[in-house]
Amino acid sequence: MVISKGIPTYEEKLIEELGYDDHFHDHHDGDKFSANFINTYIFSMDHKIIAKQFLITGMFWAIIGALMSLVFRLQLGFPEADMAWLKPVLGKWITVNAEGLGALSNQFYYALVTMHGTIIVFFVLTAGLSGTFSNLLIPLQIGARDMASPLLNMLSYWFFFLAGTLMFYSLFLSTGPFSGGWTAYPPLSVLPQASDGSGAGMTFWTISLVFFVVSVLLGGVNYITTVLNLRTKGMTMWRMPLTIWAFFITAIIGLLSFPVLVSGFFLLMFDRTMNTSFFLNEIFVGGEALQQVGGSPILYQHLFWFLGHPEVYIIILPAMGIVSEVLSVHAKKPIFGYKAMVFSMLAIAFLSFIVWAHHMFMSGVNPFISNFFVIFTLIIAVPSAVKVFNWISTLYKGSIRFNSAMLFAIGFVSMFISGGLTGIFLGNSAIDIQLHDTYFVVAHFHIVMGVAAFFGMFSGVYHWFPKMYGRFMNETLGKIHFWGTMIGAYAVFWPMHYIGMAGVPRRYYRFDTFDSFSQFGELNKFITVAAIIVFFLQVVFVVNFFYSIWKGRKQTVANPYDASTIEWTTPINAGHGNWPGKLPTVQRWPYDYGKDGREFYPQVEPVGEEESEVH
Amino acid sequence: MNSLLGFVLISVLILIVIVQIARVTELAGIRRGDKETQKLTNKRNANYMMWFLAGFMIFCVVSALHYKNYFLGYGPHTAASSHGKLIDSLFNTTLFFTGIVFVATHIALFYFSWKYKEEEGVKAEYIAHDTRLEIIWTAIPAVVMAILVVFGLSAWNEIMADTEDEFIEIEATGYQFAWHLRYPGSDNLLGTRNYKMIDGSNPIGQDWEDIKNHDDLHPGEIVLPVGEKVRVRITARDVLHNFYLPHFRVKMDAVPGMPTYFVFTPEVTTEQYRENLKEYEEYQVPADLEDPEGPQKWEVFNYELACAELCGKGHFSMKRIVKIVERDVYDEWLKEQQPYYMTSIRNTDADPFKGQKLASDSPEEEAPAEEVSEDADIVAMNAESAE
Repeated sequence: MVISKGIPTYEEKLIEELGYDDHFHDHHDGDKFSANFINTYIFSMDHKIIAKQFLITGMFWAIIGALMSLVFRLQLGFPEADMAWLKPVLGKWITVNAEGLGALSNQFYYALVTMHGTIIVFFVLTAGLSGTFSNLLIPLQIGARDMASPLLNMLSYWFFFLAGTLMFYSLFLSTGPFSGGWTAYPPLSVLPQASDGSGAGMTFWTISLVFFVVSVLLGGVNYITTVLNLRTKGMTMWRMPLTIWAFFITAIIGLLSFPVLVSGFFLLMFDRTMNTSFFLNEIFVGGEALQQVGGSPILYQHLFWFLGHPEVYIIILPAMGIVSEVLSVHAKKPIFGYKAMVFSMLAIAFLSFIVWAHHMFMSGVNPFISNFFVIFTLIIAVPSAVKVFNWISTLYKGSIRFNSAMLFAIGFVSMFISGGLTGIFLGNSAIDIQLHDTYFVVAHFHIVMGVAAFFGMFSGVYHWFPKMYGRFMNETLGKIHFWGTMIGAYAVFWPMHYIGMAGVPRRYYRFDTFDSFSQFGELNKFITVAAIIVFFLQVVFVVNFFYSIWKGRKQTVANPYDASTIEWTTPINAGHGNWPGKLPTVQRWPYDYGKDGREFYPQVEPVGEEESEVH
Repeated sequence: MNSLLGFVLISVLILIVIVQIARVTELAGIRRGDKETQKLTNKRNANYMMWFLAGFMIFCVVSALHYKNYFLGYGPHTAASSHGKLIDSLFNTTLFFTGIVFVATHIALFYFSWKYKEEEGVKAEYIAHDTRLEIIWTAIPAVVMAILVVFGLSAWNEIMADTEDEFIEIEATGYQFAWHLRYPGSDNLLGTRNYKMIDGSNPIGQDWEDIKNHDDLHPGEIVLPVGEKVRVRITARDVLHNFYLPHFRVKMDAVPGMPTYFVFTPEVTTEQYRENLKEYEEYQVPADLEDPEGPQKWEVFNYELACAELCGKGHFSMKRIVKIVERDVYDEWLKEQQPYYMTSIRNTDADPFKGQKLASDSPEEEAPAEEVSEDADIVAMNAESAE
């Protein structure tokens, strides 16, 4: 058990005086959790360790996913280039011709595209982002000793690990990993005759993702229960930081939508193994007419996007929460329109369940149905706009401390605007006729939920790194990382809008088959080069991260940013149970910055009689 | 292997450089003191914010001007169908509104970041919310969205409505990895299909007992008359495909077992489109760079049919040429086409009417099967344009 040494801080004194004694440390439960190396660092039940496990596993997958994108970007930018040098890594997927020129096989190109999407969406931006920060921050910011069920929390990570292991294994199958796109539309995903990747690769893919959903659900149940039941005394719902609101709402969305995905996956498995025909109808493939009739491939698309659309909010809401918190702390101003922020998140969460078919305007669903989905989709722009205006207003008349966390938060807002606005084009079904499945879509979602979510994640890592490791990340490297990535990410994705407007479809192995699509050779080279540079900037981040764990500047004060929220009232490198003595009791909302001439009021400080505005 | 080794070596070097930068800056920061370091950082990064804003805006404008010919509704790539013009104008309406928001919010975001950097003696103001402001900026996007929804949906319902007027019906069947095209022939009716009848000689499973099939044509490309309504019946044989005509703003999934359709009216003939392209520099270059004397790019332009739904490893190669011609050329072309049944099925073992006399039988039936060749067609079209 770690007890803070030296002179107690102001906050510690307040907790000692006003805190709630739950007699946590009278029992030896606290020590039992950290009895040896294995259950301290591997099968840990401590939420802070589990958060780190999620983060580092997410980083591992992010590197794999990004490297895959580099390989297929090389193919798109330099289709004639020699790829023989990749043969030691990719083996038979590089075919070398008589002149010694290596080429990436088209089958593996599609496998790379599919794996890139699956890995980044699920393993990095769902588990790596929500898993990390929900675990780290929920108990710390609501004043809990740990999650409601540490055991389920541990299982949540290990199911994720299992899912990752299976997916990783599938990369080495002789028929290759699944290659039918991350959405896995049947019949392509059902029929091994139609694609090599739909054989064993698809089996591994579905099983892996079912385990992944188990992980998300175990995590989600835990987050919701913890937020509802383990808030410390005085922490009413309206006193929760926006991060907690975001994680809470995210977990609810996940809990309601992921099971639908699993049901879709199970039907898919039945179609694959038991000759059912949920999604199959009148198919002639591989020289034979299949027996299955009566199913509908579109049914799968409904089931998939019923998760798929909420999923993009599962990815972006935690980033929004993190950014709201970081902007407020480093602008030293309360977040503008706290309640509007919460209500807009709730509105987005609700709407996210009734817009799924905007992914399916051109899929053959009755065009009449699309009317509703257009309306609801464009309504989402309203709460999203409110959030953007509130973030910008938070900066207004602030006193901005520029560090890497703040820079990434500002960058997030820019990315969210740029990517969000193109959603207004795509959400309008008539425009979607032309833009659907073109590079315009690729540009849209990479900016709004790819880059933006990554920016939220980076912001959170830089901001709470001291909370995780008791040290700071290197600021110079952080700024190189930020400015390089900010410029580089736009350089990669902005030009894709133009390619998409010209009608170039996504998921093309090469463009020279069509005269209409082949005129962007130079631009594709530019994008590829930019992508390679952006990748190396992420290496800077990874090096900075691991360097700082052991060699970073030490955190000397418990509350380095003068933040109100209670995670900064724990000692540096807090042990199990988070607070060495009593639990803090919360006296006010989390955003009392710059009030009455004071930098900040900690949440544990009682409201004085002379205070001007009380929330 | 050598290049991989070099790669690893370079990576290690880069790693060392990064770590050294980290250590040096850490030490410099300690020497200068936390407060001084932060002050310097604030000033620098606030300035970068403004530089970024300026650079980003210039980048947007310059790149947009450079690529303006690829925007919907500008330059050579205006829609070649009547409904496509509607889509292009809707796109530009949306671009107008979002453009304003994009510029305004970015200026505010980066300007505020620069303006309100941490400075000695200046404190942040406590502004928690402003109900009036919040109502205004909830209402404005709501109104704009309402406008876009109304425009969008009226266009959508107009475009997607099935037609009751007279139309030319054609059928496109996607399979791995090509499109199979079918025209209804002289009776204007597509014959029935059964996927279980698909085999080598019957690529889309036509039921030959249905005499509506007997005059159906299987051309190698789409030829359509200008200004007439076309209804494409879209089907798939194995997996999902998508019938995509970029120049006509037509896109619809091909779903196995569930025919879909798209109705559109081509408005610009291939010849006219080529004439339009002629005006643009990028099309005034030789089509084949190795043959500078050969035809220029605009001269060989053709509308194309593509697949826009991932369908397997050959997804990128499902091309068919689309030609829009005057009505009389179309009629002539149609006359040249031989019904598939007559050329390939009649009196073979696959023919249920083998040996029987059919009303459609004619002396030409004995003529050898003639594949539609693209070259022959281009000759016909060039002859037409020469007139």
